Amino acid sequence: MTVALFLGALGLGLAGSLAGATLPARRRVFAAAALSSMACVVAFVGAGEVLLSGRSGAFSSSEILPLTGVNLLLDPLGALFVATTAVVGLAASCYSVGYAGNSLRSRSAAGLLPLFLTTLLLVPAAASVATFMVAWELMALTSLMLLLVEHRHRAEAREAAQWYAAMTHVGAAAILVGLVLLVGHRGGESFADIAANAGKLSPATRSLGFVLVLLGCASKAGAVPLHVWLPRAHPEAPSPVSALMSGAMVNLGIYGIIRVGDDLLGGGELWWWLVVLGLGAASAFFGALSAAASTDLKRLLAYSTIDNLGLVLIGVGAAGALAATGHHRLAALAMLAALFHLVNHSAFKGCLFLAAGAVERATGIRDLDRLGGLVHRLPATTALFGLGALSISALPPFNGFASEWLLIQSLLHGFASRSPATVVALLGGVAALALTGGLTAAAFVKALGIGFLGQPRSPAAASAHEVAPSMVAGMALLAVPCVLLGVAPGLAMAILHRATESGLGTSSPGSLHHGLGLDLAGLDGAIEPVLLVAALLSALGLAWGVVRIVARRGARSAAAWGCGRESQTSRMEYTATSFAEPLQRVFADVLRPDHDLDVTHVAESRYVIRAMSYSGQVDDVIERSWYRPVIGLVKAWGSVARRAQNGSVHRYLAYSFAALVVILVVLA
Amino acid sequence: MIPAVEATGHAAAGVAAVGLGPSIAASVLQVVAVLFGGPLLVGLMAKVRARAEGRIGAPIRQPLLDVRKLMTKERVHAEHASVVLSIAPFVVVASAAVAVAIAPLVATVPALHHGADLFVVVSLLLMGSVALALAGLDPGTAFGGMGSSRAMAIGALAEPALLVAVLALSIQAGTSNLPAIVSATLAHPAWVASPQRLLALVALVVVVLAETGRIPVDNPSTHLELTMIHEAMVLEYAGPELALVTLGEAMRLGLLFSLVANLFFPWGIATTASVPRLLLGLAVLGAKTAAIAVAVSLLEIQTAKLRLFRVPELLAGGFVLAVLAVITGLVTR
Repeated sequence: MTVALFLGALGLGLAGSLAGATLPARRRVFAAAALSSMACVVAFVGAGEVLLSGRSGAFSSSEILPLTGVNLLLDPLGALFVATTAVVGLAASCYSVGYAGNSLRSRSAAGLLPLFLTTLLLVPAAASVATFMVAWELMALTSLMLLLVEHRHRAEAREAAQWYAAMTHVGAAAILVGLVLLVGHRGGESFADIAANAGKLSPATRSLGFVLVLLGCASKAGAVPLHVWLPRAHPEAPSPVSALMSGAMVNLGIYGIIRVGDDLLGGGELWWWLVVLGLGAASAFFGALSAAASTDLKRLLAYSTIDNLGLVLIGVGAAGALAATGHHRLAALAMLAALFHLVNHSAFKGCLFLAAGAVERATGIRDLDRLGGLVHRLPATTALFGLGALSISALPPFNGFASEWLLIQSLLHGFASRSPATVVALLGGVAALALTGGLTAAAFVKALGIGFLGQPRSPAAASAHEVAPSMVAGMALLAVPCVLLGVAPGLAMAILHRATESGLGTSSPGSLHHGLGLDLAGLDGAIEPVLLVAALLSALGLAWGVVRIVARRGARSAAAWGCGRESQTSRMEYTATSFAEPLQRVFADVLRPDHDLDVTHVAESRYVIRAMSYSGQVDDVIERSWYRPVIGLVKAWGSVARRAQNGSVHRYLAYSFAALVVILVVLA
Repeated sequence: MIPAVEATGHAAAGVAAVGLGPSIAASVLQVVAVLFGGPLLVGLMAKVRARAEGRIGAPIRQPLLDVRKLMTKERVHAEHASVVLSIAPFVVVASAAVAVAIAPLVATVPALHHGADLFVVVSLLLMGSVALALAGLDPGTAFGGMGSSRAMAIGALAEPALLVAVLALSIQAGTSNLPAIVSATLAHPAWVASPQRLLALVALVVVVLAETGRIPVDNPSTHLELTMIHEAMVLEYAGPELALVTLGEAMRLGLLFSLVANLFFPWGIATTASVPRLLLGLAVLGAKTAAIAVAVSLLEIQTAKLRLFRVPELLAGGFVLAVLAVITGLVTR
């Protein structure tokens, strides 16, 4: 039944792709969206069945791929990722109906979006190296082409696509080599065979294989310093694609690490997971800080994806390290917290990216410095973005708080570990978690307060109109889990339990829920968000009632305080740049912002200034200091190599001949 | 570590024995106490400052009188502002009230004590800060934005110090449940003098000074917009809304002072919800927080306000001390 549902979902996705690519322009967007929505619903039901029953579904066919065939296995771990992707995919499909303006209406875009979604559903179900790599590469290629959809309008999209293509293919190559190493000489290439033969590999081979897979997967998950493609690609993609990238595609990087490291290799060495934890801590801090300094709405969201996936990596790394030192129950708790945060992140980041797309659609602007006042023009979008912002800032009673609380608890109790290296790494994780909390709140107060409140800072923002109902419905769909999993996190625990057990083997985190709240059995830690909500609402009601009774006089509207100025225009408002300035200044050593102040004096006197121009920008410091030198080196090598090519056929024939001679000599 | 977990297990078991009625009564008592006590602490601090400067000063109950007067005044809504500006004061008061209700202030057995996690209290405080920062940006003025930006920057730096200091306490007690930490401290008096507690105490004091907007981080009585942090955010409020913001801020101050008092010197807190114990707990809490208030205002007189861009150094110092507290705790366990 599960298999039939899942294959049906894949079939519906492919049908959607076909419909998008072949139907006439009027119908193709709606048909593709309808079919891919159905695919998502069917996939969600299939994955839900696996998660609720705990029974996996397997499928294999030797006809579809030559030589190896296709092997699919939907176990609870994979099903969790499929279900998450399905929810984000459903929202994005629904949203794309209203969003599809000039860009997504084209034949190629309308066909590619369902195909991308299908590959996202396929990757976590792949059960052999060949199937996995084909699905992984299809996912990379379809998303790359979707990224290029708007390249005629924006040159940045082309540059972003180059970065993305380079990073994703280097990553895929690393994963392929790593998996081939793990397959080894004997045995088949199915995941079950790898797991069965893992014990026979030499430790060095296993470690090398894992590190290569980790490189590729961490780059997909946007881990620092392999993240450089992410803050370029996610903003430049059309918004439904951004939501799918940030809400579903990056998850699969985490999936790869858990599947290979924990499931296939059975945990492996301690140092693997300390590396993962370190990557997570660095990503969380760097992502949060860069988000706090960003002034482009979608770039801010992209950096915050790096931040949140970093938190997930902290959890995954802590789980691996605790399992390697024999604390299986705490390991399961950390893994569960990581998976919970991953699911929650998909919900709120999908919602936020879709809302950012709605803003872009309504105003044509992504720059926070030119937005503002949208709360009056786009009330529904503002409300939904606000909900996402509160969730991501880990405020109770929304879902971000529940999962970050669980993550903190797992780290706190993980300190019981006797391994000094683990304790030090956990401390790093805790410090990163603590630092990201406040920075994330600052970033999202900026995004919401500057972007949506206040006065409009440009004519386009002042004349915006609320977006189409289908787009609002898409965002609202993702807002539901933000509230539901925040108020009643206990509901998700049984499902996450199964996924954790299938990822980590047999270890169980113990009972985690008490009614709708969370309660760590035996660890003395609990939260009860339902009661908290009840208390908050009654306190709000009480305060409101008291003010209604006590306050005697009515309200009037007046101009805001201007300190004596006669009129206040939107030019006098604080901008996103100025809002971020204090934090930028504090963390100048990490961010290394560029400032340029140009003062032009009047020719007659140095004391009278004619004009001043100021420009400041914050580039990605890792890109600038780590990648630029490498790119420069490659370019230099390219220009050296070009001397060998002068277009002369004789010379090329001579090269071929020389190569042949060398090969013969070597072989002989 | 392991004995600590057992001890708190006992404490939690003892806590669970109290019925729902008495624990709700304890919560209500705490909210009422902080609702009136917070403004009184603010008044006390102003009084101490005035006396030390050779003035008579306003009566200690002046903040309460201000709130009563503001309640009857007209409400003035800034032109370009949205509903956020009107909701924020209620959120500030409600989040502070809920935090007060669940934290062990007068008694270790308030309602919801089972879910009274330290991180919940920290997040409730963050909720109030975020609401005010958004309200500062809502009218679209220069001063509001300036205040919000500064407050969020300072908050972003105070938050990690607070979380890590809290974690140091949680590691010692083996739980982050607040009543359990307080009960465990009552059971292990030697913890109070342990190095990790003392380091965490210093870190928490720095954070409390920043979060409540006292000198050397912010000057609560400044009248110059350019030097304002908190006051700049709330410039647009008048009448009942200003009363709520003032009240909310005073409640946060009361809560933070009480938490510092009970986490580091819990004696006197009621461990059962009987009437005499609750009254005793209330009196002791009043004495402890008054002592902290006097100490803070004496500190304020002695120090000058820091330049805005020196504040991060102070908070970074707090963060480092908090990390040291965790490390000391891990090394000495």
